[in-house]
Amino acid sequence: MEASTIVAADPATGTAPVAIEVRDVRKSFRIPTHRVDSLKERVVRPFSAGDVRILRALDGVSFDVHRGEFFGIVGRNGSGKSTLLKLLASIYRADGGTIRMAGRLAPFIELGVGFNPELTARENVVLNGVMMGLTPRETKRRIGAVLEFAELEQFADLKLKNYSSGMLVRLAFSVMLQSDADILLIDEVLAVGDASFQQKCADAFRRMKGEGKTIVLVTHDMGTVEEYCHRAMLIDGGRIRLLGDPAEVGRRYTRLNFEREAADGEGPPGESKQVRFLDAAALDASGERVDGYDTGGDVRLRFSFQALADLENVGVACMLADANGVPVFEFGSKVRGRDGSPRVRAGERFAVRVRFDNRLTPGRYFVHCGVTRTDLGTVLLHVHNAVDFVVSGRRANGIVRLDHEVSGEVEGAA
Amino acid sequence: MSASTAPQLREVTGPSALGGGRRRFFDLLWLMSVTEFRRIYFGTVLGYLWSLVRPLLLFTVLLFVFTKVVRLGSDVPNYPVLLLLNIVLFTFFSEATQNAVGSVVTQEGVVRKTQFPRLVIPLAVVLTTLFNLGLNLLVVLAFLLAWGVDPSWTWLLVPLPILALIVITTAVSTALSVLYVRFRDTMIIWAVLSQVLFYGTPVIYPIEIVPEQYADIMMINPLVPIFDQIRVWALDPSAPSAVDVAGGVVGLIPAAVVFIGVCAFSVWIFRRDAPRIAELL
Repeated sequence: MEASTIVAADPATGTAPVAIEVRDVRKSFRIPTHRVDSLKERVVRPFSAGDVRILRALDGVSFDVHRGEFFGIVGRNGSGKSTLLKLLASIYRADGGTIRMAGRLAPFIELGVGFNPELTARENVVLNGVMMGLTPRETKRRIGAVLEFAELEQFADLKLKNYSSGMLVRLAFSVMLQSDADILLIDEVLAVGDASFQQKCADAFRRMKGEGKTIVLVTHDMGTVEEYCHRAMLIDGGRIRLLGDPAEVGRRYTRLNFEREAADGEGPPGESKQVRFLDAAALDASGERVDGYDTGGDVRLRFSFQALADLENVGVACMLADANGVPVFEFGSKVRGRDGSPRVRAGERFAVRVRFDNRLTPGRYFVHCGVTRTDLGTVLLHVHNAVDFVVSGRRANGIVRLDHEVSGEVEGAA
Repeated sequence: MSASTAPQLREVTGPSALGGGRRRFFDLLWLMSVTEFRRIYFGTVLGYLWSLVRPLLLFTVLLFVFTKVVRLGSDVPNYPVLLLLNIVLFTFFSEATQNAVGSVVTQEGVVRKTQFPRLVIPLAVVLTTLFNLGLNLLVVLAFLLAWGVDPSWTWLLVPLPILALIVITTAVSTALSVLYVRFRDTMIIWAVLSQVLFYGTPVIYPIEIVPEQYADIMMINPLVPIFDQIRVWALDPSAPSAVDVAGGVVGLIPAAVVFIGVCAFSVWIFRRDAPRIAELL
């Protein structure tokens, strides 16, 4: 229960005044099954209202966020979480219900931030500041600080269309931090950028938390939620499913994901006729679950399965890949039965553990695994992204940092 | 942090056409226009000259055609000055409206992610073009004096019809920018319509050569009395005034109705759609 200690360490929560009050908020979108984009279609079929499907994105959502609270919103794609954030940010208008907010709102940031690509960083920063309600003079004073934090001083007069996505996110994040607002809304921004930028975000979050800012974070990365949030809320199908302890919300979210995947029947489910995938975890030396590792230590992973039929000669093969999907290396093992024979009986659980020296450079890594018949070479079950973890440490190029000896000296006579 | 210093809870109502404070609206409008103006005119080698070269080129061609080939303009006093003035004015109208059509959609990235008064976008386009008009009118004024047109007290009245032109341009631009979000063929339709308006407005010809029965129909177009009155006050007091062409003040009513109708439609549609623009994109 790491989360509860954070709550205890922060007296602002719970007793603090309400910063965001959401009451029975509803929002539907009219999705034309046959989009009427041109005037001709509108003239030909002027009242073709029958073609419109109503998508209920939010269906009566109510909650409070207190001042100084770090509030997480999680949910699957299409659950309504981003719609909720856009309502809070005044980008959409709610169909019903009320939203009330105390204090100034920072620019809303997400991937592909609200910048004009034709303008330079400097111009965009000023525009963004004015959109938030600062005077042009105030914003001009802040430009220096914004560009410095983003480490983009030498690119200040470059048009944003020439920026890399990493640079854009850095700029957006920096604008948000320097906005000096009371309430910050953040959508999925931590999932991008290199490890050093993620580290910078993390530091900034900790500082903001200390300053008592109210932060609403939308993500589907449970690690972030459990690490930073005081409370979290799980949204599914436009409704609040659970609101409370981040760890509990995380567990429910994971379960919901698996239920849905099995029900969807699309892609590889966590189960086949012979085997069920139970769990995969990144562990530390004492066997506790972790989200990531420092470079130089050990990586320990565990994959657990349950046999649904009597199996023979089963093996588990895994592939570690980096965030770009580039395979780094593979490993695997045969599974021995209880009596030392290559047999696993129906209902029995089995696990594969691996330990390797962490030679990976900072970044995010994913492990895909498969259960195979080693004698026949057939795949019984394939699990995509069984587990993922983050490696942090000094930034370096390349995927791995191999053990090496290196020296430099003058050779031969002049 | 004591509770007494806590900011009050205020209702969040979502995006709108205006909203968010007057100062912010004007700051934003000014900043967007100036930034855009700079981007267009300092980003290219010839800079501001480009905005002048285009109407001047059109002017040269038309001047040649209508004084040497068709000889339409030979009888009209100060025809070259009139032509230049009209082209500059009409360029303002057509450039502002045509740039405004796609403006909201072009700014999609900002609209979908930032909360700000939506009306700023089309207005900024008009204001950017207005800067241009101001500069071009200075050139016209220099040309006018060089041509030997005598200054007249009626010049003081010229800003009035120009103001009317600005108002109708703004109304059309605003309506088009939001219509385009829903109907993507607005842009093509408007390109054709502004061609029609170019010939349906006394830009290249003086109004008095139009046969009377057609002139009556033309008077529905509010640009006609505006352009005509600018001509009378700026260049040629002997030319028929808007009232003369309309055959009395009553004849101006249709144009006035269209003018007000366009403005009202523009206000109505923008107010209606502004809160939903981000969803429609």
